[in-house]
Amino acid sequence: MSFLDVKDLKIHFPTDDGLVRSVDGLTFSLERGRTLGIVGESGSGKSVTSLGILGLHKGGRAQISGEIWLDDEELVAMSAEQVRRLRGKKMAMIFQDPLSSMHPYYSVGHQIIEAYRIHHDVSKQVARKHAIDLLGRVGIPEPARRVDSYPHEFSGGMRQRAMIAMALSCDPELLIADEPTTALDVTVQAQILDLMRDLQREFNSALIIITHDLGVVAELSDDILVMYAGKCVEYGKADDIFYQPEHPYTWGLLGSMPRLDREPTERLLPIKGSPPSLINVPPGCAFHPRCPYAERTEGRASTEVPDLAPTERGHLVRCHMPRTERRALWENEIKPVLETQ
Amino acid sequence: MRRKSALAGAATAALALVLSACGGGGGGTQQPAQSASGAAAQPAADAALTQVYNPSTKKGGTLKAAHSSDWDSLDPGDTYYGYSFNFGRFYWRTLTMYKPGPGAEGNTVIPDLAESLGEPSADGKTWTYKIKSGLKFEDGTPITSKDVAYAVARSFDKETFPHGPSYLNELLDWPKDFKGVYKTPDADYSSAIETPDDQTIVFHLKNPFASMDYVVQMPMTAPVPKDKDTGAKYREKVVSSGPYKFETNEIGKRFTLVRNDQWDPATDPNRPALPDRIEVQLNVNADDLDNQLIAGDIHLDIPGTGLQPAALGKVLPDPAMKARTDNPVIPRLWYISVIPDNPPLDNVECRKAVMFAADRVANQTAYGGPVAGGDIATNVMPPPIVGQEKFDLYQTPENKGDVEKAKQALTACGQADGFETTMVYRADRPREKALAEAMQQALAKANIKLNLKGFPASSYFSDYAGNVEYVKKNNIGLAGHGWGSDWPDGYGFMQAIVDSRTIRDAGNYNLSVKSDKVDGLIDQASAELDATARAKLWVEVDKAVMEDASLLPVVWAKALLMRGQGVTNIAYNEGQSMYDYILLGVE
Amino acid sequence: MLTYIIRRFIGAIAMLIVISMVTFGIFFVVPQWAGSTPESLASRYVGRAATEETVALVAERLGFNDPVIVQYGRFLKGIFLGAEYDYGAGVEHCPAPCLGYSFISGQPVWPDLIDRMPVTFSLAIGAAILWVVAGVSVGVISALRRGSFFDRLSMGTALAGVSLPIFFTGMVSLVVFSYGLGWTPPGGSWTDFTENPAQWAYNLLLPWITLAFLFAATYARLTRAGMLDTMGEDYIRTARAKGLRERDVVVKHGLRAALTPILTLFGIDFGLLIGGAILTETTYTLPGLGQFAILAIRNQDLPQVMGVVLFAASFVVVASLIVDLLYAWVDPRVRLS
Repeated sequence: MSFLDVKDLKIHFPTDDGLVRSVDGLTFSLERGRTLGIVGESGSGKSVTSLGILGLHKGGRAQISGEIWLDDEELVAMSAEQVRRLRGKKMAMIFQDPLSSMHPYYSVGHQIIEAYRIHHDVSKQVARKHAIDLLGRVGIPEPARRVDSYPHEFSGGMRQRAMIAMALSCDPELLIADEPTTALDVTVQAQILDLMRDLQREFNSALIIITHDLGVVAELSDDILVMYAGKCVEYGKADDIFYQPEHPYTWGLLGSMPRLDREPTERLLPIKGSPPSLINVPPGCAFHPRCPYAERTEGRASTEVPDLAPTERGHLVRCHMPRTERRALWENEIKPVLETQ
Repeated sequence: MRRKSALAGAATAALALVLSACGGGGGGTQQPAQSASGAAAQPAADAALTQVYNPSTKKGGTLKAAHSSDWDSLDPGDTYYGYSFNFGRFYWRTLTMYKPGPGAEGNTVIPDLAESLGEPSADGKTWTYKIKSGLKFEDGTPITSKDVAYAVARSFDKETFPHGPSYLNELLDWPKDFKGVYKTPDADYSSAIETPDDQTIVFHLKNPFASMDYVVQMPMTAPVPKDKDTGAKYREKVVSSGPYKFETNEIGKRFTLVRNDQWDPATDPNRPALPDRIEVQLNVNADDLDNQLIAGDIHLDIPGTGLQPAALGKVLPDPAMKARTDNPVIPRLWYISVIPDNPPLDNVECRKAVMFAADRVANQTAYGGPVAGGDIATNVMPPPIVGQEKFDLYQTPENKGDVEKAKQALTACGQADGFETTMVYRADRPREKALAEAMQQALAKANIKLNLKGFPASSYFSDYAGNVEYVKKNNIGLAGHGWGSDWPDGYGFMQAIVDSRTIRDAGNYNLSVKSDKVDGLIDQASAELDATARAKLWVEVDKAVMEDASLLPVVWAKALLMRGQGVTNIAYNEGQSMYDYILLGVE
Repeated sequence: MLTYIIRRFIGAIAMLIVISMVTFGIFFVVPQWAGSTPESLASRYVGRAATEETVALVAERLGFNDPVIVQYGRFLKGIFLGAEYDYGAGVEHCPAPCLGYSFISGQPVWPDLIDRMPVTFSLAIGAAILWVVAGVSVGVISALRRGSFFDRLSMGTALAGVSLPIFFTGMVSLVVFSYGLGWTPPGGSWTDFTENPAQWAYNLLLPWITLAFLFAATYARLTRAGMLDTMGEDYIRTARAKGLRERDVVVKHGLRAALTPILTLFGIDFGLLIGGAILTETTYTLPGLGQFAILAIRNQDLPQVMGVVLFAASFVVVASLIVDLLYAWVDPRVRLS
């Protein structure tokens, strides 16, 4: 059994308009020291998944089923209080947009100290030294002075570093980073990603990076999981996803990857339309209304939910198109366009 | 037992307030009010009008009184409210006083400090009083006629004491250069007052005047020791000559009276002085005051003008509560000035048209109806005034107005098609507003179009209804008014509202009655020393005013007074037109 | 910071001067348009049926014959330099700040205001504690249990609380609890704290509750809305992700932020209330500044009106200054510049 094993995880929210199937049967695993990238558009269920692992849906209206095994402990059936004790200590999370994710009324140091003291019975002085130490390690200059600064006094990159320091305060074994670089400019993005890679090596923790941008996970991830409408549509080694992708949605994501050599708004292979409502998920393949190749499935696209079928080396793809046709499309039509210039 | 029935009454009151009442019944039906003599007092409506209710001679206890507003001043030389004259007798004594107690006798004047009533000279211009011996102030110093003379002289200074009545300023023959005891401390005012010895005081009047005994019952004659006089600040510490003295006095909030051990009951047969202590709370929320009176938390409502409309709704339908009330006609007239300053009301016929067109029943209803409001008034002087005669020059069928007669009068006036004028009223007085509306409707039937204008009571007389220039400029024809008497004779009631020589630029109560005939009759009546003949002359004044049609009487007011729980010795006094406060005691 | 406070004080004084000028104007200038004269003004302060001489003397004594600007100058002079008061038998010096003497009772205004302040302050402080505690806790619970029976009941009650006027709730509470059940003292009961603290609290209980009911309603609704907002913020999720206990999440992170706008409101409300809880004091006959204000206006007693208006305005100014300083302390994003 892996360090983290998620099996058939379903997170549904009953609402007045109907059942929202935010996460609908997700399975993956992750070892210590390894990195998983979860990629998808907003509303695909990736953030709900991460909050679900942390147990933050407990006690709310969410209906959760399936299993989450973390270091041989099952979290779904565990009581809210037990999960709370693990949260921040065994598993921690780095949120996107640290300006809104950090409390505006408390200093950065106070928020790190608070995180540390929840799980460690130490004096404020000890915790404060620890916080200064952490801020130094995440690359904040003059940490002894900046520890008393407030979030709004930091730059965007500094805030993200502080956020990371807060998440690392209790040496978590599982670290989930939700869009850790979205709010940052490109050079700072690279610094943060480097920092996270270095820290992961240092702590040997399991890392999940959640993003809508494949570029972010390209260098960091060992595995990549592509989500669409609450389901996994493609899952495999990072190399396979980048060089042998087989799902038309993944192609679209690859096509919309920002690159330094292009105008950010320019998209090579735009994905038509917008993500589906999670209440009325299209029948059959959820992606079919937006899929340019839907008619090649002999009508199965709109009637039959495709299986998540293995190819080789654990590479899983959820698509009705015959394998050969997918490979041919990638090799002949998609790859050449992506590789232009 | 008593407390319990009080609670029951209050509970009923509470329900009535919440459910806005659904008829009578319930409440405490029996409240055995034991008097010291052992006779049980049965509560019944009007029980204190003609006799003493719950009579007692038991001393002790605390009389708790409350006032929804505040005194003008506690200084005897600077106060002019009926309740103040009434209540003040706890801590002051004057040369004469109304005979305490119920019934018609209450209108008569008896000596207080004086040994007997005043002795007028043959020409009616000199009045002599002899005061009793053995009288003392609260500090033990004897009260002499000089203290009374000083009190009168100091009250002359209207800059320092602007509130009190100015009768003695007008009546006495003051020296020309006299400006009061502060500004002209060395002035010799013996032309007005003389004190040949410590027991005698002589008043010299400018003109013959018959009602002097009534004037000197007013508190200007309450003695003030010269060495304790602090001018406008004397109100803070009045030196008592009566059975009680001030223990505390927080102006605007509350004060307390305790027994004055220097007061000798042997010199004062009129004040039983029953309670040991009297507590007065000021500026109490008027509706809450009624509730406290009903519940028994306080004994006495100081102003003595009756219950508020909110309380009337609770008390009248409940027989048990109504049995605790008295409903006297008081010497107060609500009326409308018919101002002859602007045409066509300068023509007496047009004023008569107003008299005939008015619907007296509707006016009475506007003023609160026959119980809370009063009886329909047909002439100026109300029934409690000594020698009053009721007559009616403008009879209409069922008192509801007579359009035909009004139109005849209009034709006689040369305004056959009617005319238009304006009526002013005090907008913060709902009854006066209702009256104005009733008049508007009634006059419209006779083609007299009435425009209504309401103004705040506080500046009503100074800036509007009592301001000569305003009235002329704005074509004001009618104005709502009320008047209560200073003492129950013709002069006391009528002089201030029908004598045209009192009219000044602003602050007038009377702007409409301007008749040489009336003024002449007033002079004649004032000088008449024979009481019966004098009373007849005042009726003549009344008739002359009604013939002039410049004053439209509305109601002779009635008050609905409530007797406090556990209060003994309650009697309505006609002279005070309230309960006689100095008689009261507590069980 | 210091310059900020000094600037605020200068602004406050300017505002007080404007307020005093407006009050003066309402009293003197507006009646002049309606044709009032010194005598017509003076005739408000004399007894009934006063003679022309009396009115003229009073007009002279109260200074109505001088131009309004001179009268206003005299008022300002009294505040800064003190004034003389002739009470007939002598002259009294009224030291600065002298707000003058009542036109009616002749009492100096300033000592009266100082004397009445404890009443109003007692009323305000007790009611404030009650309404903040009750309003905020009801608001928090309602927000956390949105849509529950408790939420609907308390918000319904709050709506009633906001819409029912004090003089109604006050009178009903007196009739029921004081005169009916005899649990609470009758209207007009007041004991100084220094005299007997227990009696002080007992006498004020009903006014406190009535007044607090009115305000608690507003605060409950505001707290509820604020909590619903803040509990949806990202930093709340962060706090939970740290493993913080839910109670600490609600209080330290949620309530802390939700209370900031309430603090502003509280400052203004409390400042206004200290200046005089007019309706409550009138209903329960409490001899405080509010009762003083209403009597002064009813009697058109200008020195008293001026005094109480300036007094009340000063409290509001000071309260809003304190709120601004507190605000900066509570929310570090607010910079005082």
